[in-house]
Amino acid sequence: MNFVIPDVVPAIPEIFMLAMTCIVLLSGLFLQRRYPSLPYMLSLLALVGAVVLTVALYKHTTEITFHNSYIIDHIGSILKVTILGTCFFVFLYCRRYVADRNILNTEFYVLCLFSVLGMMVLVSAYSFISLYLGLEIFSLPLYALIALQRDAARSAEAAMKYFIMGAVASGMLLYGLSMIYGATKSVDIAVVSQVLTSVPASQNLILVFGLVFVVVGVAFKLGGAPFHMWVPDVYEGAPSAVTLFIATAPKIAAFAMAVRLLVDMMPLYQVEWQHMLIVVALVSMAIGNFVAIVQTNLKRMLAYSSIAHMGYMSLGLLSGNAQGYSAASFYIIVYTIMSLGAFGMVTILSGKGFEMETINDYKGLNSRNPWLAFIMLLLMFSMAGVPPIAGFFAKLGVIESLVEAHLVWLAVLALVFAIIGAYYYLRVVKVMYFDAPEHQSRIDTTSMDTRIAISANGLFILVLGIFPGIIFNLCKAAF
Amino acid sequence: MDGNSIHNISMIIVFAPLVGAIIAGFFGKKLGPRMSHQVTIFLMTIAFVLAMYLAKLVFMDGQTYNGTIYTWGVSGSFQFNVGFLIDRLSTMMMLCVTFVSLAVHVYSIGYMHGDPGYQRFFAYISLFTFAMLMLVSANNFFQLFFGWEGVGLVSYLLIGFWFRRDNANFGSLKAFLVNRVGDFGFILGISAILNYFGSVDYQAVFDQVPQFAASNPTLSIIPGLHWSVITVICILLFIGAMGKSAQMPLHVWLPESMEGPTPISALIHAATMVTAGVFMVSRMSPLFELSQNALSLVLIIGSAGALFTGLIAIVQTDIKRVVAYSTLSQLGYMMAGLGASAFSAGLFHLFTHACFKALLFLGAGSVIIGMHHEQDMRKMGNLRKYMPITYVCFLIGALALSAIPPFAGYYSKDAIIEAVHASTIPGATIAYWCVLLGAFVTALYTFRAFFWTFHTQERMSDKVRAHLKESPWVVWAPLVALAIPSIFLGMILVGPMLYGKPPLLGDAIYVAPQYNVLAEMAKEYHGPWSMAFHSVMTLPFWLAVSGVFVAWLAYCGMPSLPEMFASRLRWAHATLTYKFGFDDFNQFFFVRGCRRIAGWCYRVGDQMIVDGFFVNGSGRVVQWVSRVSRHLQSGYLYHYAFAMILGLVVFLSWLVLG
Repeated sequence: MNFVIPDVVPAIPEIFMLAMTCIVLLSGLFLQRRYPSLPYMLSLLALVGAVVLTVALYKHTTEITFHNSYIIDHIGSILKVTILGTCFFVFLYCRRYVADRNILNTEFYVLCLFSVLGMMVLVSAYSFISLYLGLEIFSLPLYALIALQRDAARSAEAAMKYFIMGAVASGMLLYGLSMIYGATKSVDIAVVSQVLTSVPASQNLILVFGLVFVVVGVAFKLGGAPFHMWVPDVYEGAPSAVTLFIATAPKIAAFAMAVRLLVDMMPLYQVEWQHMLIVVALVSMAIGNFVAIVQTNLKRMLAYSSIAHMGYMSLGLLSGNAQGYSAASFYIIVYTIMSLGAFGMVTILSGKGFEMETINDYKGLNSRNPWLAFIMLLLMFSMAGVPPIAGFFAKLGVIESLVEAHLVWLAVLALVFAIIGAYYYLRVVKVMYFDAPEHQSRIDTTSMDTRIAISANGLFILVLGIFPGIIFNLCKAAF
Repeated sequence: MDGNSIHNISMIIVFAPLVGAIIAGFFGKKLGPRMSHQVTIFLMTIAFVLAMYLAKLVFMDGQTYNGTIYTWGVSGSFQFNVGFLIDRLSTMMMLCVTFVSLAVHVYSIGYMHGDPGYQRFFAYISLFTFAMLMLVSANNFFQLFFGWEGVGLVSYLLIGFWFRRDNANFGSLKAFLVNRVGDFGFILGISAILNYFGSVDYQAVFDQVPQFAASNPTLSIIPGLHWSVITVICILLFIGAMGKSAQMPLHVWLPESMEGPTPISALIHAATMVTAGVFMVSRMSPLFELSQNALSLVLIIGSAGALFTGLIAIVQTDIKRVVAYSTLSQLGYMMAGLGASAFSAGLFHLFTHACFKALLFLGAGSVIIGMHHEQDMRKMGNLRKYMPITYVCFLIGALALSAIPPFAGYYSKDAIIEAVHASTIPGATIAYWCVLLGAFVTALYTFRAFFWTFHTQERMSDKVRAHLKESPWVVWAPLVALAIPSIFLGMILVGPMLYGKPPLLGDAIYVAPQYNVLAEMAKEYHGPWSMAFHSVMTLPFWLAVSGVFVAWLAYCGMPSLPEMFASRLRWAHATLTYKFGFDDFNQFFFVRGCRRIAGWCYRVGDQMIVDGFFVNGSGRVVQWVSRVSRHLQSGYLYHYAFAMILGLVVFLSWLVLG
């Protein structure tokens, strides 16, 4: 057998990440006594290093290596940098929370880093094998992370649910991929898409059959309805720090998977997956927005809101044109940043011994800490899609692409749901600004670095709203 | 000197008042009253001096400038620019605006002395000057509209300057609402221009006009009726002018605007803002000249206003209201001049009127200061004894307004009357009689006010009389400054302005050959003095003189005459005191009607349908859906898995089997 040594250069960020994760693990084992914050520092270093490497390796051309199973391209690089940056902020927000609650410090960071590594692999995956590998590397640590507080029944329940549902979804995805493999005799995405050009959709039921399972798997990972049931329970049950992680970076990884499997591999089956995604988007927007209204727990409300947002993002994907794809990637990036801020707020406001989880906890936040209330206001307005904040342009982009694709009715429905959704975001703002606080004490659980981080996060949303071109042009160039 | 320097000079002229407004408006409290007026007046002086220099460049060196300074927005193929068109017309307007504004700034030091809103006042009038300069210097409709709305806004703010008075608030609201009606027409006109010409730039539009008119396109707003597009555009623009320049029937706001401080009445509601409509119609002369119907409308509305609003002035007892109605009447004259295609004559009257009407207003203001803010002429009398300078200045203004030669008003008004006489477009005959009788009426009400205030016996209370004295120099100095052009401006400008070859305004205005009445009149013109001497042979002169005489007779000679008139001709007197019923009609029909409709809409549309059904109803539906659908999330794992399988099965059966 002729074995060619593949070009490993494109995978250097991942290799670096793996090495650093192992170092963090070891440092936690042997050095944490002496230097308690060493794993944390090393983790941040790992993320920064990976960002630097990803940016440095970035070329304007697409490169495929490891026997057609690994790709480095424009969209992949953008998504990787976003994942790494998101994780960086997650760590900044979490440090105190994790320390205060005696959550296993090193394990938390290591599991997150392993998950990030999986996401990076998934983003760059260009064959079914590497794709599934990435998917599992990124999913398995998440199950463990949720159950990290072993004595909390709620967390254990959430972890179990997520694990079992995740296993079912994973199985479905595999089943779908194997169908496609059976029909095309290849596991390489590039080869499969090549083969598909000669097989019209109507003639190949096996492919359509496989495609249905693939879409279900993707929708599960994104958390789109009706495959969303795990989302509220997991978001609410997991410790806020873990929720923060689950609610942000994995969305991008799942989006990357959708792009690889649907846009890159099966563009010719666009009609079929468009129909399914329309259903997913509509049901997601409906369930997400309606059910969020009656929630009293902020994390649960944000969970439903994330379901609705995945619905909006799918609108961009299903438009089936370059404009739609770039709008969807802009949407997912903006959503991740907003979600990072919102869950980050929940995490940093929760002090030792108490959680800022229910919406009532936010009563009168403005009088307790006006600056954080203002940042939260920005985030909520952005999620609701109020101009001129980034969330507005994200929605505008996907709706524009829908109109471009002659799906005006869907655009109208999306707007109707957006209006319904505005209610519960604005309720948070109302509670923060117009209700009397239950505790008079000023909130000062935050430290300097988190304050700076959350301010940067919130203000970036605002800046991105005024100059959406910063990221939008990058997304545009990717498709 | 090149175009660049004109560009820079006009920038300074236009923006200096804005800087003043910002300084006085935002930092007035810190600067204190003295510094505030010093800064604004200093910047106004700069603007005025530079305007004079600009006039030298434009009139003597024959330079013009048309350029964009800033692109505000691009939408598709439409560009919205901020730009200047500095030609003879806009330079004259800038000179006029900065001059009157400067006089009013200085005057306000005395008039507004001790007012708690002193700095705010200076900020407003500077802001007004900026908006007005933007309006006149615009090279496109977009900026014209900006200035148009800007002056409207400041006018609204200044009428309601004493916002604790109910009348002031009522007046400002009325001015605002009536102007809205006009602006509605105006913006429709601009939209029509944008629609048909694809540009809002003057030059681009005017370049297309001949070609456009040749094809004579029509549009039908009401099915079956085809109207010429040019006529529709002109009439819509003229509706805007009617609002801003207070032409009948949109004139009702101007008398109410007298609730503002008197310097404002002089600056905004006499000399500058209300003439914006006249300016705009002149600027649009290439359009208006192509539509005889539009010209006819302008002529008839203008001349009717000139006569009828003048009649109302005869029965007013408030000195400012007399001058206000006289402004309405004079604006009618200007419009009549434009309607007769004598654009130069209308603008000529605009300039002379700006001087003598500002003079009359400031004179009235001086009287009001002397009388301790008493405006009722029934409580005045024989003021010449106490206020000699005001008396002389007011007399000059009155003579100019009454068109007695050789004062400024004579030349401009006589030119308008002659132009209307010479005009041949439909309606010119009626218009001629209106403006002719108007000459008598003008002299009558002007000198009625003059005799009643400054002659006859003293009717004020002893307390007021004890303090009655000439106003301070900051008040009378602007009067003198305005009195000089009120005497001489007419004879200086009449030749170059109306009959010059080329005329003073050059190619800034366009007159179609078949309507060129001024060219006809030029054959009869032999210089200003001969024109003045010749006037004793003409009807308008004798009408004006008899107006003065009747006024003297009624108030000095036979004081019982007015009462006799009032009791014998009760119906006529009532018609005039009720101002031909315009106000009552509006109050009854529009205000009450609107309130009725609004009330109905509120109850049925808002409370029942929108609030009751849509807002609360949809809210309830959403809540219900939310409550129901949250039960889907049961918490049981097998439910979750079932939902997932269900979704899968639906997709499969739809795509694979379907």
